Amino acid sequence: MSRTDDNWLLTVRNLTKIYGEPNENTLDLTGPIFNSNICPETESIVACANINFDLYPGEVLGIVGESGSGKSTVVKLLYFDMEKSAGAAWLTPYNNGLANILDESNQKKRFIRNHLMGMVYQNPRDGLNFRFSSGGNIAEKLIMAGEMHVGNIRGRASDLLNKTEVPVLRMDDRPSSFSGGMQQRVQIAKAIANNPPLLFLDEVTTGLDVSVQAKVLDLIRELQQDLGIAMIVVSHDLSVIRMLTDRTIVMKNGRIVESGLTDQILQDPQHEYSQLLVSSLL
Amino acid sequence: MVENKKYVNKYNFAFIDEATKKEIRRKLLKAVAIPGYQVPYSSPEMPISRGWGTGGLHVTLAIIGKEDIFKIIDQGSDASVNACNLREFVHMMTNVKTTFDTAEATLIQTRHRITEEELNENQIFIYQVPQPEPLRGVERYENKTRQMHGEADYAKMWVSLYESFVRHGDIMLGAGYPVKVNNRYIMAPSPIPKWDVPNLNFSKALHLYGAGREKRLYAIPPYTPVEPLEFEDVKFHTEDFKGTECYKTGYKKAFLDELYFDDGSKHFVINDSNFLDKLSENASAKQHSNKYIDQIEA
Amino acid sequence: MGYVAVKGGTDAIHNSQELVEFYRLKNATTPLDVKQIRAQLRLAVDKVIGEGGLYAPEYAAIALKQAEGEVFEAAFILRAFRTTLQRRYYSETINTREMFVKRKISASFREIPGGQILGPTRDYTQRILDTSKAVETSEEVEKFLEVFESKINKDKLQSIKTFGKVIDLLKEEGLLKQVDKNEDQTLIDITREAIKFPAPRSARLQMLARAETGGLMAMGYSSMRGFGNVHPTVGELRYGNVPVRIKDPSGRIRYAGKIEVTEAEMISSVSAAKKNAIPKYTIGYGLCFGQNDTKVICMGILDTAMRSPDTSAPANDQEFVLYHTEGIESMGFTNHLKLPHYVTFQSGLKNIREAINRNGDKAAAAKPEEAQVQAY
Repeated sequence: MSRTDDNWLLTVRNLTKIYGEPNENTLDLTGPIFNSNICPETESIVACANINFDLYPGEVLGIVGESGSGKSTVVKLLYFDMEKSAGAAWLTPYNNGLANILDESNQKKRFIRNHLMGMVYQNPRDGLNFRFSSGGNIAEKLIMAGEMHVGNIRGRASDLLNKTEVPVLRMDDRPSSFSGGMQQRVQIAKAIANNPPLLFLDEVTTGLDVSVQAKVLDLIRELQQDLGIAMIVVSHDLSVIRMLTDRTIVMKNGRIVESGLTDQILQDPQHEYSQLLVSSLL
Repeated sequence: MVENKKYVNKYNFAFIDEATKKEIRRKLLKAVAIPGYQVPYSSPEMPISRGWGTGGLHVTLAIIGKEDIFKIIDQGSDASVNACNLREFVHMMTNVKTTFDTAEATLIQTRHRITEEELNENQIFIYQVPQPEPLRGVERYENKTRQMHGEADYAKMWVSLYESFVRHGDIMLGAGYPVKVNNRYIMAPSPIPKWDVPNLNFSKALHLYGAGREKRLYAIPPYTPVEPLEFEDVKFHTEDFKGTECYKTGYKKAFLDELYFDDGSKHFVINDSNFLDKLSENASAKQHSNKYIDQIEA
Repeated sequence: MGYVAVKGGTDAIHNSQELVEFYRLKNATTPLDVKQIRAQLRLAVDKVIGEGGLYAPEYAAIALKQAEGEVFEAAFILRAFRTTLQRRYYSETINTREMFVKRKISASFREIPGGQILGPTRDYTQRILDTSKAVETSEEVEKFLEVFESKINKDKLQSIKTFGKVIDLLKEEGLLKQVDKNEDQTLIDITREAIKFPAPRSARLQMLARAETGGLMAMGYSSMRGFGNVHPTVGELRYGNVPVRIKDPSGRIRYAGKIEVTEAEMISSVSAAKKNAIPKYTIGYGLCFGQNDTKVICMGILDTAMRSPDTSAPANDQEFVLYHTEGIESMGFTNHLKLPHYVTFQSGLKNIREAINRNGDKAAAAKPEEAQVQAY
């Protein structure tokens, strides 16, 4: 997990997403100083702007902020769920890190999603197809990566469900009959099916019962240690960040206000907003 | 009696006007150039109901010439009522020779079967297609299926086959089994039984598909690879007629129809009427050969 | 044996065709005069030309006679006939402000320029079965027409007026939503190209114009009842003649004749996309051949509905509305189920029988004693 300038996994520069019709002043008139995402001149909304960070192999990066901070937007842009307004991202396993993945064609983006990324959404309905069985959902990922042997598919799906502590007997059942916690676990199983180097987790425990939350977080931590996957963990909850991440980015009104080692930010937050967050940690 | 001068029926050769014929031919050329790809076309109305063969007719009437010999079958039979109706219409509009003999025909229009007798390089096989979109069962919206084909994003299709196997122990698709054409497009071969699907692979004839109601044309040029969708360990297989045979000829290696006589007894008979006739008369008929048929004992 | 096994398919069809003709004629005392169908079943003829997509009332009357009054069949016959005709011109855009108005009403305002003209409508009649129509004589008909004409004071006939539109008033006041520059100004001809989705507005309106009235009615009704979010008012409904003009090869505009159309402009309010943006009205448009109020009102409702971004309501879903209200296609495909499907069925039968066998094997492996009882 050593960081040098050359062995980065993901580099993001100037990632920006604006809704509406901005003008040349929009970026200057929005942000944490103004406590607002909305441009007073054009009414366009700056969901996020000037987002820069690097991620190293096996590293876990947290993005923390309140709703409206833009943290989910960053991840949605990187996973191609949304089109960027500006910015670039490079991923080393793809084309040796030479191509801006945000500008690639739809087919290439699908290749990157299938082979190099995993995503777990807050709402299982966004990540799972409820018309398929839980095994079928995992199968989808494997088939998209070229696995065409049903025996192998089922073998791998059982392994993954075991790893994520979902009873294998339920592999052929549809997720609609599962509890929220189990649906999340199926999502996680699906997301790591192809051993991606990068995993996105977007508020994955928000909305779950506290005891279930704890179990899912434990699972994620174990998987990370076993498989060495780099992760980007989005949460409004600093305790989740504290538990899972090595480094953290703090966002407010679409901008980064502070970034650094998670431990340092928790012990000695510099920006007043980070201080506010840390002080409200239970 | 006043002579009817005002309301007189006058028709162009093959009914369709020349401009439309040109459009259909251009679209067919495009279809042949991109095997398995659905080409949208104007699909003008015909005096035959939508869903009853207008697409097949469009193709036939756009390419038929005065020297052609035309055969048309429905569910394998030349005598089926709808085939008779369409045959009369084509003949009325072209005066072209019609036949029941597969070997003699140059154009064969079909509803839901390929002939048992092998096709040759001088023949064009024209299919009536109810639903040209093989992905319609997993995606109801046309603008999404168009995108899926464009990006070769067929994951949902494959998962539905996996689910079928998991739920029932086999892929429960019957007629109209989806195929991959020329290693690129997934195509709906029209509701032909699985029995017929292997005969598309590297066929000597040209296969043209017309979906009139849905307004799509597609094609498989001769000698094109056509593979039914299957997994490495869950394979495609044709219908199993083991233990049955044609009650008229004793033949076992053809697609058989199930019949119930008036006394309630069940019998089987060769579905392809012309093939049955030839076998019954001991006339020669060279059957399609493929790896599935070759495994069956005669 | 079945009708396929014997080579009597052709005979069967011919006999059936003769039978149909027999049924059409067996109780006929006098053959129906096509001119009478045109004149006295005017609204059936209008429906046929509207759904057939061909303005040819005389041919529509023949088709109705041929189809024994079945409007789907008659529209189908007319559509098929249309395919045999050569397209020589596209007309200039029809301007309904030039209409020789026979009926003009608005539900949005109490009084409109030119007044509310009810015209020929059954809206305010009572639907009491009038048995005297069974014994109408030609003398009574002539008498009625005589009396009616005598009431027209020929000295007081004014010169034919055309009327401005209600929506023009709204436009002047700035109440109408501006036409969206992006809202496709592409004109496609649906009879020449297959429609692809999302479809441009010109394609949607063309499809609605020749859609089946009952289908449109069901969809429009669903929208009003809550399976949708369009709350319209009739801005203006007109019925009358409009002139049709074409450009000749030298570029001169020529008058080709006139056709009867019904037109509706349905006014709905649109929720503004941006906060503080000013709310406006939008117009849902409907136009069809002949007199058919129901069709144009529903066209207007659906025109607006299909521009809504919320596709959870079936009436807002372009693909759902346009594919399934196409009368000729839906009639054809639903009825095609009558065609033999025994090969398809046989294929499916094999799968199900094998699946049952597989289950039987599993059960036998689990409980050998019970499996023996389970004989099919």
